[in-house]
Amino acid sequence: MSTGAAGASATESGDSNGALLTVDHLKLYFPVKSGVVFRHEIARVHAVDDVTLRLRTGQTLGLVGESGCGKTTLARCLVRLLDPTDGSITFEGRDITHASTREMRPLRSEMQIVFQDPYASLNPRKRVGQIIGTPMALHGTPKDEIPKRVRELLARVGLSPEHINRFPHEFSGGQRQRVGIARALALNPRLIVLDEPVSALDVSIQAQIVNLLDDLQDDLGLTYLFVAHDLGVVRHISDSIAVMYLGKVMELAPADDLYSKPIHPYTSALLGAIPIPDPELNRRRARTPLEGEPPSAIDPPAGCRFHPRCPHATDVCRTVEPPLMWYADGHSAACHHPQNVTPGEIAEATRSEMSPLSAGSSNGSAEAPASGPAEAPASGAADGAATESAE
Amino acid sequence: MSSTRPLLSVKDLSVSFATEDGTVRAVDGVSYTLAPREILAIVGESGSGKSVTVMSLMGLTRGVNARFGGSAVFGSTDLLTATEEQLERVRGNDIAMIFQDPMTSLDPVYKIGDQIVEQIRAHENVSKAVARDRTIALLDEVGIPRARERVDSYPHELSGGMRQRVMIAMALSCNPSILIADEPTTALDVTIQAQILERIKQLRDATDTAVIIVTHDLGVVADIADRIVVMYAGRIVEQGTVDEIFYDPQHPYTWGLLGSITRLDRERPRRLPSIPGAPPSLLDPPKGCHFRPRCPHEFAKCTDVPPLEAHIGEAPGHLDRCWLSTEEKRVRREVGDGQIGLARPQEAPA
Repeated sequence: MSTGAAGASATESGDSNGALLTVDHLKLYFPVKSGVVFRHEIARVHAVDDVTLRLRTGQTLGLVGESGCGKTTLARCLVRLLDPTDGSITFEGRDITHASTREMRPLRSEMQIVFQDPYASLNPRKRVGQIIGTPMALHGTPKDEIPKRVRELLARVGLSPEHINRFPHEFSGGQRQRVGIARALALNPRLIVLDEPVSALDVSIQAQIVNLLDDLQDDLGLTYLFVAHDLGVVRHISDSIAVMYLGKVMELAPADDLYSKPIHPYTSALLGAIPIPDPELNRRRARTPLEGEPPSAIDPPAGCRFHPRCPHATDVCRTVEPPLMWYADGHSAACHHPQNVTPGEIAEATRSEMSPLSAGSSNGSAEAPASGPAEAPASGAADGAATESAE
Repeated sequence: MSSTRPLLSVKDLSVSFATEDGTVRAVDGVSYTLAPREILAIVGESGSGKSVTVMSLMGLTRGVNARFGGSAVFGSTDLLTATEEQLERVRGNDIAMIFQDPMTSLDPVYKIGDQIVEQIRAHENVSKAVARDRTIALLDEVGIPRARERVDSYPHELSGGMRQRVMIAMALSCNPSILIADEPTTALDVTIQAQILERIKQLRDATDTAVIIVTHDLGVVADIADRIVVMYAGRIVEQGTVDEIFYDPQHPYTWGLLGSITRLDRERPRRLPSIPGAPPSLLDPPKGCHFRPRCPHEFAKCTDVPPLEAHIGEAPGHLDRCWLSTEEKRVRREVGDGQIGLARPQEAPA
């Protein structure tokens, strides 16, 4: 495939630590406007609020959270379908935060997106051949090669090449999602953002699509960002998972660790809310359903954003935003009262460079006093309260 | 449960729709009963006829192109042949329904309280003030905080979970004996789903309402149901208690469904087991067993429609529609590690 892009260094996989795409302290606020004649901003929705992530080449990062937590906004911002308010996005070592539409154009072939709703994301008036072929035509594939390539892609995603002249309405939901995937593959991208690609599908079809995505990744070396609210599917496909709540990353961990020892109470609550498809286990499991719902992102709670719903919340959680602490094995979480970790592990934890800039000082370890430009109002009090309640 | 007289008894229900392309047999000979206080789950994929079966009970699928067969007896009324007037008395009053999408099932231009008050006053001769007080009590009961203020909210001011609670409050407003919930949590987050399911269970315990829950999520079913009906392409393929279906499933489709759920309490498999292919078109369903084209265990006899029968002596209520013998089924459904699934897991069509 031709990278085409002017300066895109297709030699190595992005920057030094093997990341294809990095997002640093990304913020995206949507203005809330009022006034009939003179529109003026009266408030801001903090959709994404200081998020730092690394997408490693050939790996899958899962992004989970409740609706309204900003996961879709973040995903769209990542591929510059939305413009960030602050922070930076680096793709293959190149800062694309403020790249113009024209500068982005060659990069568009490298980053593709598959949308949630397979009924709304395909143009009902276009044939499948046109839907998949248009991106190729736009990016300069010779016209006579396109039909052949479309047929190959259809076969690749498990559809019959004869379907090339069909319209979207002639397909089922699962087949439409395959068309969406074929369209994303048309330009040989390196990164595919999958925004809830299976949540509109039946369980038995979900499994087919997830397996297809798995195969494509193995064969083509693709990097995925997999956005979902279903923790079951995310676990299957992801190498690591980020849990978001109200615009912030709460926990970031290798996929299996997140499920075996969730550190953040929010992650535990999410996992605990999933019904286990086994009546006996379900009856035995003591469940404390999370009360309430996420508060408004216009005026998010001070301190830890999860504190109003958190069973472990104390005073420190109400005032000091917890930094993202790095525990052993690449597991990090932003919580003053981490669960499932030993006091030793807490003592060894270090403040992650991925912490939000506004976060207070680290919790358990006395070693790391507000290393970042912390604007913590009461960091001293925070340390005291946290050590005492570290269990 | 079989000792008590059933509250609702559906017998041989068939629903077909005449379309431009031919007749769609959406529901084909479905029978089940519902006992008081029971939570019955109807499980199936989209297009399996699970919603049509319950909507037909409320007369919501009536139309010039719809044809019905069989009977659905509630009390002394056959809901399929009842007049529109008779149905109006039943709807809301005796049988209430919660729909899947809380975003579109409330009227956006009326306050939620007024919508519930209207329903109460349509069925009972009470003053507005009394109905309003009852509405506030109901909103409180389904877990809406600050119900006294929220009663004057418009639907758009509430989140999806809150709207679904309003739907439940509305459904409960006339103390129905049956609550039909059509995918009540599909549009909601898992945390909110857990809250709503818990609320439905509590309400069943407090008010003795029987519940029919229609869903495609077996996790939800394991959590809430007493009995399960599994539907595929318009027919019931298996029915039994929740333990019978989960621990001794008899129909290959049920194995496939159970096998394709991602289990958080187990090691993750290298590949997700899936059911190959897609459900058939109901315009032209396959001859014999409808699951035959997707079933790795099919054999010559499967071109005849298997009867829905009990095959296990000690479980007379556990019915399934498959020609294999019980012994064969118990061997064939094992896919290793004591797990159940469709054997010979096949890849997606290449």
